[in-house]
Amino acid sequence: MIALLSTPWPQVPSLLGPALGETVRLVGLVMAVVVALGLPLGLLIFNTSPLGLTPHRLLHLSVSWVSNLGRSLPFLVLMAAVIPVTKLLFGTTIGFKAALLPMAIAGVAFFSRITENAVREVPRELLDVGLAGGSTRWQIVTGIQLKEAVPGLVAGFTINLVAMIEYSAIAGAIGSGGVGYLAVNYGYRRFDQNIMLACIVVLVAIVQALQFGGDRAVRALTR
Amino acid sequence: MIEISGLTKSYGSTVVLDGIDLTVGDAQIGAVVGPSGAGKSTLARTVNLLERPTSGSIVVNGQDLASLRGADLRAARREIGTVFQSANLLRRLTAAENVALPLRHHGVPEHQVKRRVHALLDRVGMLHRARHYPSQLSGGQRQRVGIARGLALGPSVLLSDEATSGLDPETTLSITTLLRELRDDLGVTILVITHEMDVVRGLADHVARLDHGRIIEQGPVDQVVRRSDSELSRALLPLPPAVPAPAGHRTWTLRYDAATVSPFWVAEVSRDLGSDLAVLSALVEEAGRTGVGRVTVAVDGRVDAGSVERALVSRGLVPEQRPDAEAPVRAVGEAVA
Repeated sequence: MIALLSTPWPQVPSLLGPALGETVRLVGLVMAVVVALGLPLGLLIFNTSPLGLTPHRLLHLSVSWVSNLGRSLPFLVLMAAVIPVTKLLFGTTIGFKAALLPMAIAGVAFFSRITENAVREVPRELLDVGLAGGSTRWQIVTGIQLKEAVPGLVAGFTINLVAMIEYSAIAGAIGSGGVGYLAVNYGYRRFDQNIMLACIVVLVAIVQALQFGGDRAVRALTR
Repeated sequence: MIEISGLTKSYGSTVVLDGIDLTVGDAQIGAVVGPSGAGKSTLARTVNLLERPTSGSIVVNGQDLASLRGADLRAARREIGTVFQSANLLRRLTAAENVALPLRHHGVPEHQVKRRVHALLDRVGMLHRARHYPSQLSGGQRQRVGIARGLALGPSVLLSDEATSGLDPETTLSITTLLRELRDDLGVTILVITHEMDVVRGLADHVARLDHGRIIEQGPVDQVVRRSDSELSRALLPLPPAVPAPAGHRTWTLRYDAATVSPFWVAEVSRDLGSDLAVLSALVEEAGRTGVGRVTVAVDGRVDAGSVERALVSRGLVPEQRPDAEAPVRAVGEAVA
């Protein structure tokens, strides 16, 4: 009975293909913003901490507070909470553009902590090597801290990427488009079992592939 | 040449370094020894300008580096190369890239970096491992690369901060030999901070003992090892455990300068006394630039203690420990416990 409502298999790719493209575009765009903003934010959080290169209590506490704020709310709540800002920025509260802002906020906050953790793992003595050799703080951050943290950053990036794919599905609720949206709209609302199954397979395959690739990259980068 | 004077470092009310005065001359190796918690690491971090002293000065080539800031401080730091404990190499850079790091950060043109890195790795005997990552090198090899990196910017002073701690004795020896060669070939002044006495004995020209943030005793190694009343001297020349004295014998611990005492002194003193000396424990070796000996001997208790002492002193031996006058001398023939 329910099977009659399902999209016939031959037609599944014509729905899934564009949805996949939308997911890639949405997550790709968000991840670009996440790295561009989350990385410097994480470096700032760590380096203003007592363990960092330029300890600064007030700055550390405020940046850390902002980062925590972005991670405090469940994504669905965050999405609803930023609607007024989304409206102001993009003139709409639904669709692809509307999903960008909440995803970027959650992702940047997440990646700032991932960055902080990754650079904290770099032994303090290696920063001393730079300082004792007369390097500038900027040279130490880029040439020692980031350089040594690359495997940790790549591992964290993979986790973040997978989380953003998950968020993109939640953003399906405001019509973001993408595989998650397809699963919600066809699979959940219309009981379209074929689409649901196809979406699940695609999402699992993407996440497995990304994690596999991420792990391989970390291994290759670790010396 | 590095001259440290009145160097004090305190954190709040805790004084970690209390008026350190220490000078290491050009092309000399100075060593600071001391137990854990004596302030050695703070001294190292203050000398390589990672910590600002509370007061006092660190003068290298006539310039006080202790009070500089900003770009001047960074320039001053390049005057003092540091070799760290366990080398502290960047894990994701090859040996050559590690040595190149300070050069690149200093803005040295790439073709000169290549040449300099080549020369430095060659000097420390690591050219064949240039493209290896630290995880592919042994502890001693890592430390050689660490030394090459410490020398990269041509510092006037090389600070070795526990650079041989954790290395096996053979590797330690090869590293200290390298440091001596660098002193002789490059004329670099080296300040070694260590808790390992054997390192100092074979390496340093000058030694200072740090305890509770103060320098308790210091001097040229070849003089310090001849001091009979010095704790530093005893630490530098540790006597191996002595075998028990034969029954009815009294023991003396002696020290002597191999340059002035006959190498046949045991036989000579025995002849003088008409009674043979028993050697219970001995250390005779090259230290500083001449030989020195510490030895525990036993003499028959029937020989008068005063004449034994006179015979020893007349041959140039300095008694460090005399037999306890009160202690009963075991009768001949009594079993050794």
